[in-house]
Amino acid sequence: MSAPVRSCDVLVVGGGAAGLSAAAAAAEAGASVLVAEREDRLGGILNQCIHNGFGLHRFGLELTGPEYAARDVARIAGSGAVMPLLETSVLSLDTSSRQGGRITAKLVGRGVGLFDVSCGAVVLACGCRERTRGQINIAGGRPAGVYTAGTAQRLINVDGALVGRRVVILGSGDIGLIMARRMTWEGADVLCVCELASEPGGLRRNIAQCLDDYGIPLHLSTTVTQVFGKVRLEGVELADVDPATRRPVPGTERRVDCDTLLLSVGLIPSNEVAATAGVGIDRRTGGPSVDESLETDVPGIFVAGNELHVHDLADYVSEEGLEAGANAAAHALGRRGSRRDDGIVVECGENVGSVTPQRIARGADEVVMRLRSRGRVQDADIVLVADGREARRWRRRIVVPSEMQTVKLSAADLPEGIGRLCVGVVAHGASPEGE
Amino acid sequence: MPTRQTKEFTCVQCPMGCLLTVTLEDGAVVSVSGNSCPRGKAYGRTEAVHPERTVTSLVGILDDFHPLSVKTAAPIPRERIDEVLDAIAQTVIEPPVEIGDVVIPDVCGTGVDVVATEARS
Repeated sequence: MSAPVRSCDVLVVGGGAAGLSAAAAAAEAGASVLVAEREDRLGGILNQCIHNGFGLHRFGLELTGPEYAARDVARIAGSGAVMPLLETSVLSLDTSSRQGGRITAKLVGRGVGLFDVSCGAVVLACGCRERTRGQINIAGGRPAGVYTAGTAQRLINVDGALVGRRVVILGSGDIGLIMARRMTWEGADVLCVCELASEPGGLRRNIAQCLDDYGIPLHLSTTVTQVFGKVRLEGVELADVDPATRRPVPGTERRVDCDTLLLSVGLIPSNEVAATAGVGIDRRTGGPSVDESLETDVPGIFVAGNELHVHDLADYVSEEGLEAGANAAAHALGRRGSRRDDGIVVECGENVGSVTPQRIARGADEVVMRLRSRGRVQDADIVLVADGREARRWRRRIVVPSEMQTVKLSAADLPEGIGRLCVGVVAHGASPEGE
Repeated sequence: MPTRQTKEFTCVQCPMGCLLTVTLEDGAVVSVSGNSCPRGKAYGRTEAVHPERTVTSLVGILDDFHPLSVKTAAPIPRERIDEVLDAIAQTVIEPPVEIGDVVIPDVCGTGVDVVATEARS
């Protein structure tokens, strides 16, 4: 086993969509890059997403996940400045000594055990995790056959194991919808998809092409309240949900016999490595709080992709990875001017559930702001208010919670001396509330 | 006397999700309504006459525990999906394979190849 590399300019944690783009951008900016990937191949979750629809924005093509990943892997393989460390995990980041402003990472790799890497900057690209049964309070025992949708996706698409025959899916997020079609195609009987909310969670195109094409019913305002079965799942109890309280309505319970329950009930940014460095987390996104360069509140630690906030499309994850990678390289190579920490605070206004960045450095010339709305607004304006004064608005045909919105600000949108920016989503022409 | 028929779909071109109504006469599209943009009109025309889908699935690979992901190189008629999936499920290929290699030429006479979407040595 060769001795691991002990030093680099940029350490990228995670070799999925975000990490691969970050590595490519950092290398193209002249940095030496290590990518730590815990699996035995690069690509991350893209490898198990064998359906098509990736790359429409970046390449104008509908690629499958493995094809999309292969393009990014080829890009870093061609650079020579990026070394992937497979079957290697980052355990912790230590910024306490800060010798020469450097960060020490503790890693563990197959065959090499524990080792340290000293780096000039880090890009966190650990992706996200699925919410599990334990987080949604379903009564009953612990029979086999209850899976998160992504776990089932991996078992079927990577390991070639069909996880069940009669399937109920809870949650209409995109992974749940994709898995409804996937399991139908592999010969399973998908009985229904239940959604707690009164609106579907996933993209409309997935509802049309994954459910409607196969006559799979989507039950809105419905949830699973109990599982039956001791060794293997034998059925689930469904109940209507009161849209106002989101509680099951007594007396509406009914049993559906099935051997498999897939849970597609939300994703949470994976912040274990970030936590070891004391990175501040935004409770709205569930990911680190960042400035417009995607730097966390710990200098030299950047973040991109689903670890920052859960995205709808891999294309935008890659875009964010490029930004974080280029900025991390500039930091490591000493090409960034001194930054003042009395930046502009960005807040969520009317109908906005979360926004990044959470702060903007003074003098920033371009800022990419990404936000998710709380509700659906047709013919909408995204309104930016600076210290109580409207600074700019962008019109959108429609804004829905399932599609992240991106707006770009320039220095001209940020008046001199402002302290606080508030972003809201309103009906076209309306003024945001409370401003 | 031409036979007149209407079909309804949710447009999937953007999050608006317009409810499209397509009118056909003798199987040919004469009008699309309910759309808010030209993309919706084009989608409605195709969807009403010959809905097509790209199929992605897995084939076996000799001496390998893990299957190999594949897709139809172009969309196929929606009503042929089951047949094409059966053909894919019965296929076992030999490595090595590169992305884009043809795994099943002209699958089920659709004129479309099934190609590998990952490489395996």
